[in-house]
Amino acid sequence: MATPKIRVDGISFGYDGGVVQHDISFEVGEKSIFAIMGGSGCGKSTLMRTMIGLLPPYTGSIYIGDEDYWAATESRRAEIGRRFGVVFQSGALWSSMTAEENVALPLRMFTHLDNNSIEQLARLKLSLVGLDKAGSTMPGELSGGMRRRVGIARALSLDPDVLFLDEPSAGLDPVASKRLDDLILELRNGFGVTVIMVSHELPSLLGICDDGIFLDAETKTALARGSPKQLRDTSDLPAVHAFMHRERPDEGRDIDGDHR
Amino acid sequence: MNTTNGRAAMRRGRFAMNDTPAHPAADRRDGSAQGPRGEGWEARADRDGVLITLTGDWIAVNGIRTDEAAISRIIEAAGTRGISFDASGLGRWDSALLIFVASLRRAARGHHVPFHEDGLPEAATRLLALTTEAAPSAAGAPAGPKLVARIGQVTIGIWNETLEVFSLIGDTVLSAGASVRGRVRMRSVDLLTCMRDAGVAALPIVTVVNALTGAIVAFVGAVQLKRFGAGIFVADLVAVAMAREMTALMTAIVMSGRTGGAYAAEIATMVGNEEIDALRTIGIPVHDYLILPRIIALTCMMPLLYIYGFAVGVLGGLAVAVAMLNMSATSFIDETQVSLGGGQIVFGLLKSVAFGAMIAIVGCRSGLSAGRTAADVGKAATTAVVIGIVGIIALDAVFAVCANALSF
Repeated sequence: MATPKIRVDGISFGYDGGVVQHDISFEVGEKSIFAIMGGSGCGKSTLMRTMIGLLPPYTGSIYIGDEDYWAATESRRAEIGRRFGVVFQSGALWSSMTAEENVALPLRMFTHLDNNSIEQLARLKLSLVGLDKAGSTMPGELSGGMRRRVGIARALSLDPDVLFLDEPSAGLDPVASKRLDDLILELRNGFGVTVIMVSHELPSLLGICDDGIFLDAETKTALARGSPKQLRDTSDLPAVHAFMHRERPDEGRDIDGDHR
Repeated sequence: MNTTNGRAAMRRGRFAMNDTPAHPAADRRDGSAQGPRGEGWEARADRDGVLITLTGDWIAVNGIRTDEAAISRIIEAAGTRGISFDASGLGRWDSALLIFVASLRRAARGHHVPFHEDGLPEAATRLLALTTEAAPSAAGAPAGPKLVARIGQVTIGIWNETLEVFSLIGDTVLSAGASVRGRVRMRSVDLLTCMRDAGVAALPIVTVVNALTGAIVAFVGAVQLKRFGAGIFVADLVAVAMAREMTALMTAIVMSGRTGGAYAAEIATMVGNEEIDALRTIGIPVHDYLILPRIIALTCMMPLLYIYGFAVGVLGGLAVAVAMLNMSATSFIDETQVSLGGGQIVFGLLKSVAFGAMIAIVGCRSGLSAGRTAADVGKAATTAVVIGIVGIIALDAVFAVCANALSF
């Protein structure tokens, strides 16, 4: 299925009248892995919430293909939203259902497939994330990493065009985190989905993202655009530099000086 | 079958795909290269094995085309020569194709048939590499334990739970003693908050329920007693029924739903958020800090609510008596005073203390024993209310039997 181009045009957003970020504009290339970067509390996840229809922006528009997402009617928005797969930070699995039922629910609600097909699809999605044996487990019995994998399987259940991930590797050990990154990469290559991920994990950002935007909590706007690697190597903005190099102890002194 | 046919077949819709297990041509074994085929695919056997030509679009939401009968025919036709693919006519595809190819691969491995993936789109082979092998039968519902074993487990569970409840009661008694000497790590703010929630905040609902109960008792009594010209005894009926049974019972049931359920939900959520674990690790006794203020608050507030509820109930009865029997308010009050001994009130007070303690203990216990998910919070609240109400009525029966034995 043709992946729609996503264009964010001058949006500002926040909660209860307070502005979290303003004048955010960017475009997400088809089939790219796009990173929303920035320090804790800068509004990365909030930006994602405006893009997946949970929080209307104050001003500006988000275009999915040629359609203005927030100007569309609610039912149309839901229709567009069905082409999105969203993975929430802790997995957000429905705790009263088994892993397989979690993956199957969107299929049951939005397709006319028979039970056997739905089960096959759900099992395929679980096996794609390496959890084919965990189908009948309840979310409460799964580890954090497994829960996130089931979350990805559920997000993939309707074969989405765009996959949103909120801090996919937060709280995972480096090996599990790397494995998850590889999985995201493989899924992008395999299904040809556009991936938009919120993250502040440098290894993930540098490893798999090919484009991105850097949000800053101080100025409440986007400081830089470009792939994480590019930002690391070329950006001379103090905030971006500090973020991208925080793992280099030899440059730590300079950064402390530059920072704020 | 070429691409055009494949598309045409697509248009026939998903019903055709799922309801027709195999294409009619699949059975046409005329010795030629023609092999099994189905919606969007066609198998051709030649010297090198079976070549499966994929055509058209394979979109999961339009239907899954994998059917075991067709797959086993392909395996049969392939023999030891192997299966390969030609995807040059393939249109758009997603999970539907993956399921088809994956189940074919599984069957091929099972029968040791060579399986060549190189004809497939590169993206599909990448995704296939991600899928791990799993026998579909393994995903079936696991057989549960036998009936006898389950009865045993449930019984042991009930026994353990009973022990837990008794140890909770024991702890409460011990730390209630300690709290008198001021040696309990409980914040007075918590105790006061709990008291407000279980006391003042509950007044509106206690008012409504008891006023209506008093009115109903008076109404039922009035209809009967009027026939014997004994209307004045409605006052006795209301006073005794409310003091001995109805106020304590109704207030306890209301508080079980209102406060017992809230305790269970609150503590269960704290369990889920690891707040309880956090308390334990820094060495704050959960019992003193969380449970005791709730038990003390509800046990202290219930008798007060009882007295208030009793007064309101008598007023409800009075309203009905005045309206239906043309009785004067003064004579109703007089009759009430005559019929009601202090013993009845004390009996009701004792009951309400017992009910309050039981509701709080059941609520806290079901909260503490809850699991960590959202569903578990709901279960904990339900358990608290159900056990609370059943317990109230059972306790009330015990009180009735005791009172009878003491000819009270």
